[in-house]
Formats: sequence, structure tokens, C-alpha cells
Amino acid sequence: MNQALSRKLAAGTILSSFLLIGSASAQTAGDDLLKMEKNAADVVMPTITYDNQRYSALDQINARNVGKLQVAWTFSTGVLRGHEGAPLVIGDVMYVHAPFPNTVFALDLNHDGRILWKYEPKQDPNVIPVMCCDTVNRGVAYGDGKIFLHQADTTLVALDAKTGKVVWSVKTDDPAKGATGTEAPMVVKDKVYVGVSGGEFGVRGWVAAYSVADGKQVWRAYSEGPDTDLLVDPQKTTSLGKPIGADSSLKTWQGDQWKIGGGDTWGWYSYDPQLNLIYYGSGNPSTWNPKQRPGDNKWSMTIFARNPDTGEAKWVYQMTPHDEWDYDGVNEMILTDQQMGGTMRHLLVHFDRNGFGYTLDRATGELLVAQKYDPAVNWATKVDMDKSSSNYGRPEVVAKYSTEHNGEDTNSQGVCPAALGTKDEQPAAYSPETGLFYVPTNHVCMDYEPFRVSYTAGQPYVGATLSMYPAPGGTNMGNFIAWDARTGKIQWSDPEQFSVWSGALATKGGVVFYGTLEGYLKAVDAKTGKELYKFKTPSGIIGNVMTYEHGGKQYVAVLSGVGGWAGIGLAAGLTDPHAGLGAVGGYAALSNYTSLGGTLTVFALPPS
Amino acid sequence: MQRILRVVAFAVVGFAVSAGMVHAVTDGSGDPVAVKSDDGKWSDKDGNPTFKIEADGTVDWYTYVGFTRYSAECLRCHGPDGMGSTYAPALIDSMKRLSYTDFYAIVAGGKKDVSASQDLVMPAEGENKNVMCFVDAIYAYLRARGDDAMGRGRPQNHAPKPAFYAKDVEQCMG
Repeated sequence: MNQALSRKLAAGTILSSFLLIGSASAQTAGDDLLKMEKNAADVVMPTITYDNQRYSALDQINARNVGKLQVAWTFSTGVLRGHEGAPLVIGDVMYVHAPFPNTVFALDLNHDGRILWKYEPKQDPNVIPVMCCDTVNRGVAYGDGKIFLHQADTTLVALDAKTGKVVWSVKTDDPAKGATGTEAPMVVKDKVYVGVSGGEFGVRGWVAAYSVADGKQVWRAYSEGPDTDLLVDPQKTTSLGKPIGADSSLKTWQGDQWKIGGGDTWGWYSYDPQLNLIYYGSGNPSTWNPKQRPGDNKWSMTIFARNPDTGEAKWVYQMTPHDEWDYDGVNEMILTDQQMGGTMRHLLVHFDRNGFGYTLDRATGELLVAQKYDPAVNWATKVDMDKSSSNYGRPEVVAKYSTEHNGEDTNSQGVCPAALGTKDEQPAAYSPETGLFYVPTNHVCMDYEPFRVSYTAGQPYVGATLSMYPAPGGTNMGNFIAWDARTGKIQWSDPEQFSVWSGALATKGGVVFYGTLEGYLKAVDAKTGKELYKFKTPSGIIGNVMTYEHGGKQYVAVLSGVGGWAGIGLAAGLTDPHAGLGAVGGYAALSNYTSLGGTLTVFALPPS
Repeated sequence: MQRILRVVAFAVVGFAVSAGMVHAVTDGSGDPVAVKSDDGKWSDKDGNPTFKIEADGTVDWYTYVGFTRYSAECLRCHGPDGMGSTYAPALIDSMKRLSYTDFYAIVAGGKKDVSASQDLVMPAEGENKNVMCFVDAIYAYLRARGDDAMGRGRPQNHAPKPAFYAKDVEQCMG
């Protein structure tokens, strides 16, 4: 079938289903968003746009005047835990979320952020300790006049955007087994998509689609298990251009281990309306002890491309088969159209925890580029790009850093990156002006010792001891880099004392923004990386920078509030176990720079 | 009177340091000095689990096991080396006031400190074999850290694995 014909058929299907459903509001939720995302004044989704570029066409604030930025107003969320994600702005209203207890505020932008409504769910505090690495939440989604929130206790709730009243709510999983909600939902057409956290508790990952109208589950696709659970077609679903075949996941696990196999889905989602595909990644296989789960552990550590209507996977690509280091594959998939080798390519760019920056064809899943985006990365020499090789698409693992090869109860030393990854969930940005990606990174290595653990439902299922320290040859634990995904090369790199754990924002004004763990909001020149502005917010920044326009004026906003994995790993500072006797122990302790507390800081240029 | 006591206490500490005594400290369980070994598992004069660290820094087997199990089971909240995090308190400080019985009760039964200003919840680990089979080792390790008897990071040297250790673990883990 040619593409034009298949598109016509697809359009026909949509039209007929529209007529059948007969619910205009449900059908237009996503159509609205496709129009709304083009209005740069608003930020209608957590990823800013469906392509996850985190690029704003606003340019009032630019490289020449950003140095004059001032704080316009601030807002305290009243919550002390780590604040990830960013607010939404729709018209005159800003929607701000907070970590557990998962408060949501609607703020009136016409009155300096006066509170229009507040939603605060009552949740069992027993969910707190099953949240690996802090009670974070990465934001709310908008669609069909509703605000969608996936609470810590895995309740997906739809709030009336005007009043904050609960329209419907549905339980998506079971926190008693260690399943929690931390990720930001995404709305496409008449469905809202959510996933689950809990890889450190043996929770089997899934992504599910719920009807925005009434909260009914439409489909659910697991990362692991039988083909019917995966929502794959063994002949039509491909991996690197070839059909995945029957039982592609079951064959790569011993016995029933896939049932507690992890592969959780706590990252970001993106959507291509032309190809009608949504994209996301799956996390680490459980446990962290690779010896205990022989096989490739599919489809953990995998990029998924799925049909948003049916959930069926079009293609998959597993980046780190049989993970031995906790390199979750959940980081964002950024969709760009760029010239490569003289032709326009529809690309998917992904900066994985494992330290490789991947560029794929997002229609087919063809692997185009896989290069290290931190030179310190050493666990693999490269990704095999030879299509005729039996290892095509697999990393070439260095035996010395293989915790599988070295075995249980052996301490594998000097593995880079650390389990934090060269980058974690903090999303990168892309500027179509420069053609470059702006990537917040960690520059940290580790020792990793796996050992045998037993599984108890609702209890941690980890099985490895690790110690972390800055990469050799320096004391900086992070870099903010510019990356060319066509060539797989770093264009410039700004060292940072701590890991950069804030989502970046690129703007048409030629300015790129990010936050630091000490609490600085920074603006740098998109071309050179030169610092143009910085301001110290009340706490460390692990949120994502966003920008919007209100009353004809451009604003930049970011949540500060230190916490998350960064706050746990870096609070006390790192030590180098290999520094030798007499060396001065310890690198900078984050706790000497910043303290807890969630605040939104909104910046603007002074009146001219 | 209080002031005099402080001066006396200072003098005693000063004496202890100058006399080269390593463990002139008391913690939540009293005097941590190891007096008895049961196949490499050390206890203090009151029978509480404790650490035994040689002059060259070699730690006893169970303290070493405590480091590995702490780092796997507790670090994700309490931070590396018992130093605390933005999420949970520094246990090197808590050990100064918690007795072995307090410690055991909190680990097994959990703890909740939920108020308007904070939500601190420690899970009950009583059913978690990955913790409970090693709770004495984790206690000995944290006791050593709290008493400043060992530094941060992985112990560089440890006593050999006792003959019955593997079998004991197997029995406990089931």
C-alpha cells in the first residue's frame, strides 16, 4: 500500500470512529492541542510541544538583553521535596504542580499569581517510602478542558481546569507492590497516556491509554511478557528493520522472572501526528544484579514507537540488552526534521542514561548515529553499526566494566557513567535555529558490586552496592553541552560543579536556559555556550525551565526545590575511593550550597 | 555546675585523645568496644552488635557486609555512607542516640513523621530478608560510622569471611 493511500484510509478510519463516538469534545481534545501548541504564548503540555524539542518561538528575551532579566514574581508550593517538571500556561491561567502530596494550583496571571483553585489529594503516606529516590512528580497535562495528574499512589485524576473539581479518577496500579506515579501524562486526541515507576521494587512496566472523557482504560501495553501483553505483532513489529518474531520478550527471561522484571515507564512521551506514533522508553530490568536474570531481558531499556489509538508497537529498539549498571532507557525522545547526507530525515534523538546519544529514523526505527555524549563513558567502546553483524545495534561491552562478567560479590571499579546516567530524566532542548541539542549531563562514575537478593512484593529489589565519584581528571560533576545529532559530536561544553539536573529550554531569542543544583537559573548563548545571565533561586533546581507570554510580555519560569536522586546522591558530597591515602577526601557537598523548599520563580525584562 | 561538667568532659576527651584511645566515645548503645566474638561477629560488653577495626583500618567481616547491604538497601533514602540526603536523615547522627533495640524496632517496624511541614516515612523492613538477614551487620557498620571509627566509602580491607557465614545467610534468606 502506498503511503498516500494508507494515509487516506487512516483518515477515513478516524472520521468514521469520530461519527461513531459522536462526542465532539472528546475527539477535539488532541486536535485542539495540535493548534494550541503552535501558540508560543502558552505552554499547553509538559514537553512544551509534542515533538519534545523544548523550543519556544518567543524572542522578546534574547541574547542581547537577557543580562537584564529580573524576578517578576515568586510562588511557594509549600512542599519541601524535590520539584521536577514545569508549570503549564493556558491563557490567563498557570497550572503549578508539587511533589507528594501532589498539590496542584491554578494561578491567575492577571493578578500576580493569585490562587484560583487548589487541589490536594489525600494519599496514604505509606506510598512515600516505595518511591525510589524522592516523592517527585513531573507535571500535569491538559486536554478537553481538564487537567490530568498521575498521583504518587497511581491514581490518575482528571480535574476541571476551571474549578479544580475532580471529574473522574482511576487507579492505574498498586502501590502496595511498589508501583508509583511520578511521570507527567500526555494527551493525544481523545486519550491520556500514563506509565509507572517502580523498577527498584520489581514492578513490571506498562504504558496505558485512558479515555479523556471518562477515564476508561482503552489499552495497556507492558514492557515485558507475552506478545498479547506487549501489544506487538510478531511479524509487523520490527527491531532494527527486522520482525521481532513470536515471544520476543519471554525468550529473553528465565522462567517467570519477567513478571517482576521492571522495565518501568516513568519518563516523557512524544508524538508525531503525521506518522501517528507515540514514543517513550522503558527502564532498568529488576534486579540490579545481572547474574540473577540471565538473557537480554526484553523489552527493558527499549525505545518504543506505538500507535496511539491501538497501542500496537510499530518498532522497538533495545539500547542496553541485559543491563548491568542501572542505565534506564526512559529519557525523552526528541523529534526533529534535519538534513542528513543531503536528504531531509525524520529523526528521533535520545540521550540515554548509558552515555550514548542515539539518532534514529523515527518512522522505521533505523539506527543512524550512536556516539558517546560524554568522553568519560567507558562501559562500552561503541555501538556496533555494521548491519551485517550479528551484534548490529548492540553495545560492545568492555569486560573490565562488566558487572555480569566480573560476577556477584565482586566490586567492578571505575565504571562511567554512574547509575545516575550521563543524563537522567531532565530533558534536553533542541533549537531549529542552530540545529543543535542542549543537554544537561552528569559527569560521575561508580563502583558497582552486585549480589543475590530475594523478592518480596512491595520491598526494594535492588541487589547491588555502589559508590559514586566525579569522572577522572576533574572535580566537576556535570556539564551542559551542545550536541550535533547528525554527526554525534559535542559542539561546546560548559563544566558545572554539580550534575546538571534541570530540563533545558531553547528559544528563538538565541538563548538557552537551564538550572543548576546550587539553585542558579542560567542563560547561555545558543551558539557559543557563553554565560549571559545567572540568578540564584531559593533552592537547587531539578525542574525544567519554561517560557510563556502574557499581556504581550515574555516570562521565563522555573521550579526550584532540591531533591530527587540528585539530592540523595550528592547532598553529602562524593568521595573518591581510589584517591589513595593522604588525598583530601570529598568533593563539594550539595548540602553546603542549598536547602529544601519548593518555589516557582518567574523572570521578566524590566519595563523599557 | 553545668559549666564545670563541660570542662571536666572536655578534659576527659582531651586525655582520651592524647592517650591514643580510639573508642572513648559512647553512642546510643553505650560503649562500643568489642569484647566478644562469635565466629567473627563482634559484640560489646552488653551483648549489642559492634565493630572491630584494626590499627591498619581492616574492618571485621560483618561491618564490611553492613557497608554493602546499607549501600544497597538504605542508601537510596539515607544517602551514601550514612551521611543523609535531602530525603532522609543522616544516620551517623541518629546512631549517637539510638540504642540497638531502638534501631532494630525502627528498621523492623518503620517510622512515620508526617506533619504539615514534612512527610518522613520509613518503611517497615520486618518482612524484607535483604535487610533483616543483615540487620546486625548494618547496625555494626552504622555504629562504626556514627562513632567516627571508620571513614566514608568502601572499607579497603576486611577480615576474611567466617566459615559459617555463607550457610547462615542461605538459611536466613531461604
